[in-house]
Amino acid sequence: MRSLRLGYLGRSLPFLGGMAMLVALLLFTVAGRLAIDTSLADPLSVTPNQPPSWETPFGSDSQGRDLLAVLVLGTWLTVKVGLLAGAMGITLGTAAGLVAAYCGGAVDLALRWLIDVGLTIPPLLLLIIIASGLRGHLDSTGMALIIGMLSWFGPARQIRAQALVIRQSGYVLTARLSGRSGAKIIFLEMLPNLLPFLMAALVLACSAAILSSVGLEALGLGPMDEPTLGMTVYWMLYYTAFMRGLWWWITAPIVMLVILFVALYLISQGLDAFANPRLRQRSS
Amino acid sequence: MLRTIAARVLLLVAMVWTAGTVNFIMPRLSDRDPIAERLTQIASQGGGSLAGIQDMVKSYQERFGLDRSLWTQYVDYLGSIARLDFGYSIANYPTRVADQIAYALPWTIGLLGTATIIAFVCGTLLGALAAWPRAPRFFRNVLPLFMVLSAIPFYLVGLVLVYFLAFRLNWFPSGGGSELTAIAGFSWAYAGDVLYHSLLPAFSIVIASIGFWALGMRGMMVSVQGEDYMMFADAKGLRPRRIFFAYGMRNAILPQVTALALSLGRIITGSVLVEMVFAYPGIGTLLFESIKLSDYFTIYGCVLVLVLATGLSMIVVDLLYPLLDPRAGITHA
Amino acid sequence: MSAPAKTGGLVVENLTVAYPLATATVLGVDGVSFTVRPGERLGVVGESGSGKSTTALALLRLIRPPGRIAGGRVMLNGTDLRGLDEAGMRAARLRVVSYIPQGAMNSLNPVKTVAAQMRDAILDHGERVAPDAIARALEGVDLPAGTARLFPHQLSGGMKQRVCIAIGMLLRPQLIIADEPTSALDVVTQRQVMGTLGRLQTETGACLILIGHDMGLMVQFVDRLAVMYAGRLVELGGIEEVFAAPRHPYTRMLIDSVPTFENRGHFVGIPGTTPSLARLPPGCAFAPRCRFAMELCRQVVPPSREVAPGRSVACHLEDVPLAPPA
Repeated sequence: MRSLRLGYLGRSLPFLGGMAMLVALLLFTVAGRLAIDTSLADPLSVTPNQPPSWETPFGSDSQGRDLLAVLVLGTWLTVKVGLLAGAMGITLGTAAGLVAAYCGGAVDLALRWLIDVGLTIPPLLLLIIIASGLRGHLDSTGMALIIGMLSWFGPARQIRAQALVIRQSGYVLTARLSGRSGAKIIFLEMLPNLLPFLMAALVLACSAAILSSVGLEALGLGPMDEPTLGMTVYWMLYYTAFMRGLWWWITAPIVMLVILFVALYLISQGLDAFANPRLRQRSS
Repeated sequence: MLRTIAARVLLLVAMVWTAGTVNFIMPRLSDRDPIAERLTQIASQGGGSLAGIQDMVKSYQERFGLDRSLWTQYVDYLGSIARLDFGYSIANYPTRVADQIAYALPWTIGLLGTATIIAFVCGTLLGALAAWPRAPRFFRNVLPLFMVLSAIPFYLVGLVLVYFLAFRLNWFPSGGGSELTAIAGFSWAYAGDVLYHSLLPAFSIVIASIGFWALGMRGMMVSVQGEDYMMFADAKGLRPRRIFFAYGMRNAILPQVTALALSLGRIITGSVLVEMVFAYPGIGTLLFESIKLSDYFTIYGCVLVLVLATGLSMIVVDLLYPLLDPRAGITHA
Repeated sequence: MSAPAKTGGLVVENLTVAYPLATATVLGVDGVSFTVRPGERLGVVGESGSGKSTTALALLRLIRPPGRIAGGRVMLNGTDLRGLDEAGMRAARLRVVSYIPQGAMNSLNPVKTVAAQMRDAILDHGERVAPDAIARALEGVDLPAGTARLFPHQLSGGMKQRVCIAIGMLLRPQLIIADEPTSALDVVTQRQVMGTLGRLQTETGACLILIGHDMGLMVQFVDRLAVMYAGRLVELGGIEEVFAAPRHPYTRMLIDSVPTFENRGHFVGIPGTTPSLARLPPGCAFAPRCRFAMELCRQVVPPSREVAPGRSVACHLEDVPLAPPA
C-alpha cells in the first residue's frame, strides 16, 4: 500500500517537475557558494550598474554588488528562512494540534479560538508591526524565527482535524485501552500516521513562510545587510531600477523567486494528491 | 445565522485586539524605544516644525508615558484604537494618521474590490468550464497555466507587467493613481484616467489569482455533476446553458464564496504589495512610504485598518451568503 | 426487420448500450426489445446492475460518455427517438418522454424554489407560463399551491416526490418513465404517491414504464412485467400470467422472495450474487445461480422466444410452469 503510493509520487508529473526545479535551484546556490567569491555580494565590491559581462555575468546593482554573488547567497538565505520558519511552524502546529485533539474540552476550545484569530489576521500585517518595532536588529535567522512563531495556526488546525479522525479509529482506542499513557499514544500511535500529511504541510508552510519573508523584505523591513532575494527586490525598487532601465537587476530576483514559488507549488500539488486520497474520502 | 454573525464580530474584535496588543507591547519589549528615538532624531535635526514635533513628543509621552501604570496606558490605548484615533503622522506633522488613511482607503478599496471581483468571476467561470464535458477543450488546456501563475505573488507578476507593458512598450502608465496634472473630480476624463492607471495593477492581481478560484471551482463542479438534480435537469430537457449556469454553477459556487471569506486576508496583503510596485496611492503605498520614513504611527494605523478591513469584509461575505444559499438561514442557526 | 412500426405506443427493438472498458466492451443493456401500448403500464424489475435504469436512460438518450447506445431502435407513436438530432432530443425530453426520478433523494435543485424549477422546465420548451399553470400542476399531485414558494429542503420526502411527478407531467408527455419513484418513502406515502401517478397517467393516456425491484408494488400497479438480468431481458408478459406461471427460473425466484400471506414464515432469498457485467459466463448469465442449469445453459446464450402472444422468455428450459421450491 505505502509503496504503491510512493510509486504514484514517482509518476506525478507536477511533483517531478517541481523537484527538478528545486534541485536545480539548490545546486545553483550550493555550487555557487563553492565556485565564486560570495563576498562580492557586499556593496561596493564591483563597479555599480554594470550590465551582464564576462566579469559580472549577471550584472551589478547600484550599490556595487555583483548580482551573481547576490543570487547565490540570496537564494540560499531565502530558502533557509523558508525551511527554518516552515519547520518551526509545522513543529509548533503539530504540537498544538495534537494537544488540542488529544485533550479536548477547554484546552481544545481555547486553542481553537487562538487558531481562528491567528488564521484571520494576515501574517504579514503582524510581521510588519513586529519587524518595525525591531528595526535594524533583525537578521534573516531572527526573521525566520518570528515568521515561524506566527505560522503554526494553519498546520495546527489541519493536524487537529486529522488527529481527531485518527483518534476515532481502532488502533488508538486499542492503545488507550491497553493502558498506554497519553504522550505515548500521541507520539507512537498518532504521529506516524500523520507523516505523509506532514510532508505536504511542510512544503506548504515553507512556501507561505517564503511568501511572508519576501513580502516583508520588499516593504523594507527585512535584514538590511543581507542580500536575500526579497531585499534585492527592495533595493531594486528603492533605486528605481525601472526608470533607469537596469533590466538585469529587475530580472535576477524575479526569475529566482518565480522558480522557487512555482517549484514549491508543483511539489505541494503532487504531495497533496499523495497524502490526501484517504482524507478526501473521509471529508466528503 | 445570528450566532454566526455574532461569532464573526467577536472574531473581528479579537483580531483587532490582538493586533493592537502586539502593537502596544512591541515598543516596550526593549528598553530602546524606537518611536522615542525617531522623534528625538527628528527633533535634533530641527527639521519640519520643531514646535510640532515637541507637541508630538509630549502627546506621545502622555499616551505612552511612564507616569501612569502600564494597565491604564493599555486601556487608554485600546480606547483610542476603538475610536480609530491613531495619532499624528511623524513624517507629515500635523496630518493625522486617520486623515492619511481616509485619503488612501478609497483607492485601495476600488482597486482591490474590482480586481478581486473580476478574478473571482473569471476564475470561477474558467474552473466551471474546465470541469464541463461539453465545454471546448481550450478551457481545460489553459487551466494549468493559470494554476502555475497563482503560485507567484501578485506583486512579482506586477513587476514583470510594469517592466514590459509600461517601461518597454509604454502602453500603460508605470504608476500612480492618476496623471499628476489631472484635476480630481467627477468628470469622464478623470474617471477614464483613473481607470487607465488602475488597469495594470488590477491585471496583475487578476491573472495571479484566477488559477486559485478556477482550481476550487473545478473540483466543486466535478462533484456537483454527480448530483441527482443535474441528471434530472437533463431529463427535463432544460437548455444546456441553463443547466450549466442555474443548476451547475449556481450550486458549485457556494463553497467558493466561503473560500472567498477565508482568503480575504491573503488577497488584502497581496494587493498591499502590488500598490507598492505601482506606487498606487492606496494603503499599501502609504505603508511602504511610512516604513521608509520610519513613520511608526502611520505604519500601525495602516496595519490596524487592514486588519479591520479583513475582518469586516469577512462579515460582509457572511451576510451575503444566505442570499445565495436558501439553506444557510436554517442550518446555521 | 419489419417495416417501421406505425402502431401507437412505444416500440423498443434490440436496444443495446455499450461501455468501453480498458480491456473489453461491456454491454449494460444487451439487445432488449419490448412494446408499451398507450395507456399501458410496463414494470421493469431486476437486481441493481441488471440494466433496468440504464434502459431508462437509454430511452431518454442520457447515457453518459464513455457509455453509448450501440444499437437498436426506439419508436414512440411513430417518431424515431434515435433519429432525432441532439436539439430535437432535448426538446422531446419532458414534452414527449418524461422521466420521474426518485424525488426523495436530491433530484430537486436545492437553491431554487419549486415554482422556479417548474417555470424553467416550461420556458425551456418554448412555452409561456400561464398564470395558474404551476398552481394547477401542484394541485394535480395533491399539493397546496403554497408549495410553489418553498425550497426543496423545506419539503418532506413524499412532497418532493410529488413535485417531481408534477414536473414530469407538466407538458403531458406520451411516455412516462418512473425510476423507483417511491423506494425511499414509507409504505403509506408510497401508496398515495403511486395512486397520484396512476391517476395522472390514466388521465393523459400516456405509456408508462415503472422501474423498480419491489414485486409487491408491481403486482398492484402494472399491466405487464419485464424481468431483466445482467443487461438482458429474460422474461416478458402480462403481470398476472407472469406471477401465476413464471417461465424463467430467475422470475420464479423473484416472485418467491416476495413475502405473502401464504409463504410467511419461510422466506426465500436468491442464492449467489449478481454477476459482474465485465465477466459474464459464456452461456446464460443466470446459469451459475440456477438450480435447473444444464450443460447447454453454460455454453449457449438462450435466445428470447415467444411462447404465447405478448409473452416471451429467454431460457433453454422447455418445461412450463416451474414448481415453487419445496
